[in-house]
Amino acid sequence: MSLTMPKPEEAILANRARLIERLRQILPHDNVIDEERELRAYECDALTMYRQLPLVVALPETVPQVSEIMALAKEMNVKVVPRGAGTSLSGGSLPLGDGILLAMGKFNKVLEVDYANRCARVQPGVANLAISKAVEHKGFYYAPDPSSQIACSIGGNVGENAGGVHCLKYGLTTNNILGLEVVLFGGEVVQLGGKHLDSEAYDLMGLMTGSEGLLAVITEVTVRILQKPQTARGLLLGFPTVDNGADCVAAIIAQGIIPGGLEMMDKMAIIAADDFQACGYPRDCESLVICELDGTASEVDHLIDVVSEIARGQGATYIKASDSEEERLQFWAGRKNAFPAVGAIGPDYLCMDGTIPRGQLSRVLKGMQEMSAKHGLRVANVFHAGDGNLHPLILYDANKPGDIEKAEAFGADILKLCVEVGGVLTGEHGVGVEKRDLMHTMFSEVDLETQQRVKCAFDPEHRLNPGKVFPTLNRCAELGMMHVHGGRLPFPDIPRF
Amino acid sequence: METLLPKDEKDLQEVFAAALANEEPVDVVGQGSKSALGRPMIAQRRIDSQAMTGVSLFEPAELVLTAGAGTPLREIVNLLDQQGQQLAFEPIDYGPLLGREPQSGTIGGLAATNASGPRRIKAGAARDHLLGFKAVSGRGDVFKSGGRVMKNVTGYDLSKLMTGSYGTLAVLTEVTFKVLPKAETEETLLFTGLEDAAAVAVMTEASGLPHELSSLAHLPAASAAALPDGLPMGASLTALRLEGPAVSVAKRKDDVIAHFKAAAGEPEALQGLASERFWAALRDVVPLARQDAQVWRLSTAPTEGAAVVEAIRAAEVPVTGWFYDWAGGLVWLAVETAPHAHAAAIRAAVETVGGHATLIRADDDVRGVTPVFHPQPAALAALTARIKNSFDPAHILNRGRMRDDF
Ligand SMILES: Cc1cc2nc3c(=O)[nH]c(=O)nc-3n(C[C@H](O)[C@H](O)[C@H](O)COP(=O)(O)OP(=O)(O)OC[C@H]3O[C@@H](n4cnc5c(N)ncnc54)[C@H](O)[C@@H]3O)c2cc1C
Repeated sequence: MSLTMPKPEEAILANRARLIERLRQILPHDNVIDEERELRAYECDALTMYRQLPLVVALPETVPQVSEIMALAKEMNVKVVPRGAGTSLSGGSLPLGDGILLAMGKFNKVLEVDYANRCARVQPGVANLAISKAVEHKGFYYAPDPSSQIACSIGGNVGENAGGVHCLKYGLTTNNILGLEVVLFGGEVVQLGGKHLDSEAYDLMGLMTGSEGLLAVITEVTVRILQKPQTARGLLLGFPTVDNGADCVAAIIAQGIIPGGLEMMDKMAIIAADDFQACGYPRDCESLVICELDGTASEVDHLIDVVSEIARGQGATYIKASDSEEERLQFWAGRKNAFPAVGAIGPDYLCMDGTIPRGQLSRVLKGMQEMSAKHGLRVANVFHAGDGNLHPLILYDANKPGDIEKAEAFGADILKLCVEVGGVLTGEHGVGVEKRDLMHTMFSEVDLETQQRVKCAFDPEHRLNPGKVFPTLNRCAELGMMHVHGGRLPFPDIPRF
Repeated sequence: METLLPKDEKDLQEVFAAALANEEPVDVVGQGSKSALGRPMIAQRRIDSQAMTGVSLFEPAELVLTAGAGTPLREIVNLLDQQGQQLAFEPIDYGPLLGREPQSGTIGGLAATNASGPRRIKAGAARDHLLGFKAVSGRGDVFKSGGRVMKNVTGYDLSKLMTGSYGTLAVLTEVTFKVLPKAETEETLLFTGLEDAAAVAVMTEASGLPHELSSLAHLPAASAAALPDGLPMGASLTALRLEGPAVSVAKRKDDVIAHFKAAAGEPEALQGLASERFWAALRDVVPLARQDAQVWRLSTAPTEGAAVVEAIRAAEVPVTGWFYDWAGGLVWLAVETAPHAHAAAIRAAVETVGGHATLIRADDDVRGVTPVFHPQPAALAALTARIKNSFDPAHILNRGRMRDDF
């Protein structure tokens, strides 16, 4: 692996025994894991190409325990890596050899469901899908639905600002939470937001969302819950070319329709998904658009007709609307299992996550085909088409020497192209370690320093999840220095009145 | 005071360099439509953003628009209108309330104040729509964050920090917003004669139904009586807004009417333009604007709004008018003018249920001594100050606007 992480600090390593002893004064004995055999279970997240044994794993169960651990970490100057369910695809929860892995899995309770105010207070380790399960008997659900929703935790969702196939219409994590409780490095507990809307002063809840465990540890999340739409129906639209599919997506939105879901897959992904679990996808099409329409029954029926008509106009060769809830879910099953499905033909895959202006899709896909030939690796594409978020899945074989490096280089080329056409490195999976060294393709040194100063306001010693997101670790004291140039008055060139 | 019209980031850097070298703070305005929001500022010089104008990117099919921060909002609204699109978060026009020209303001000012409107509960606020920006920080650094795409977690989401920062961190020079199609049609159902508590019960129940109501509000009779001509007045009004394709609105309307027949009687319906005008009046706080009173904005959990008003009145605060938006969670409250604006009692009532109270309209001298924004607990206040210092360590930007210590 070509990843360089901050060098483990001798002083921390030397104090390991003392640290473990102190942690066991805070937590029950078994909640502190220090044996290599057990530490193995935590050595990576879903970006499995990078592995590292943590110094120690701590499994707190209460907010005061988290607070005490964060105070201890400050006192002993130890690093901390927060971890939810460990499904990050960017290495966000990759352990550090000289850091406590703070695993939040025991924070697994739904604390309160407040239907009247349409929100729920949950602990960060609660699985995303478990929230919807807890409220579905009353017709409610939690809208953001990452494909990993059975496993991933709401704390990790906040950490990565997770999205899902319904985010085009219903928003990302950041648009669906009302409050957070967080513990700062050093142990202070801070409440951000609550059951009301909008914060006074700076929107620190918004800042925390997508901050990848670098700013504070989340110990409670207040999420919005929504009433399920009365009706939802899916449409499978197959096209003879990728461009036809992309044009269809643009045409739907140009008509003023924002579907509940609007996804696209290319041929390799279609076949992989259908092989993995038969879901009735048209295997002879070059691209497949999955469109979900929701609302009242009459509205949905009407929109199914409108969208089908648009698709025909864009050259669709296959159009199928779901006629039952079962069938709708079957349409989604293939899409939601696309990663493991592609993994099955892999044997390994690297999932990229760039977002591009939708109009650039065909250029980017063509570019990817050329890169595929150049690097000698295959690539399948699933695409949150409505919002331009692309998931190229690069197939490689970790056991084949040189394949990992090839996959990394291919991935980097794809992301650079995304930035070149006006897009970004990551739409929902986070920078983590995976895209860390590409940050300069999108940001200037000043941009990155500005972000790092925000980090310094929370964690001046870079103890929380260091080595992630930022390509270099600048010392906060240096970042804080001001260099005042000029100071010339009275600006002869600037108009005034 | 001298007003400068920088045309780009470089000009701003020059102004900031002087501000830093001479320790002379500046304040930042667009069209000045919101300059009476927040605490009075201390500034030697004024920066006017109106030379940084123009829409540089508008792609209706991609739902995105980029403009100079000083671009008049009116210009943007017109442009979007031609494509059947809108800023879905329905930004408040402070003109009527603050005694300024209506429909003024710039797109940057709207971002800096995290503007929103009655559709907030469904469509979000400016914070939910700002995709990216360019700015110059109080350090004189030109920086950007975000982008022009809907989904982006590349680096911290500094757009969230900028929305609602009231120009205290950086001066925005360019903003990129997500835009959305307008609904095909809208209609509002008005139930009359409900007391506050009963109205909150109706709104709570209605927002728990799958009818996708995009706004829910309640005006006691006195506030309803102050609505502009042509809108129903007299009795109290409880209003539910439906938006979407005509087939859908018609069906949901029938369902809502049937659902509340027993509890709330037969509603009157406002269609199309009348409905739009109604919500614009609420958005802009027209029912309280003409009172000679100080005006507060309270945000609480929806079920608590009415209880908070009850508690404030029970504490003998001379309340002269109020109404509820956001299904009860947003309270606009007018009180008799006092040097302290009755802040202690109002904030105590809000704090018992959680939320915040902002003093929106009061004279400069009142806003100079009474915290305009809800005071924060110590740890949060300290963190907020550290963030301020990371962008503007010498406090040269909008000094005093949010807090007396920066
Ligand atoms: C098969 C598969 C499909 C996926 N599909 C999607 C998808 O559709 N959409 C999508 O957005 N993502 C998807 N992901 C990525 C991943 O599931 C998400 O990023 C998810 O939000 C991570 O949650 P987690 O609980 O596993 O967090 P982790 O991986 O444990 O952590 C993620 C980050 O959050 C931080 N963190 C976790 N908990 C806390 C806490 N309590 N306090 C502070 N920081 C914390 C960590 O430090 C880390 O930086 C997928 C992953 C897989 C494996």
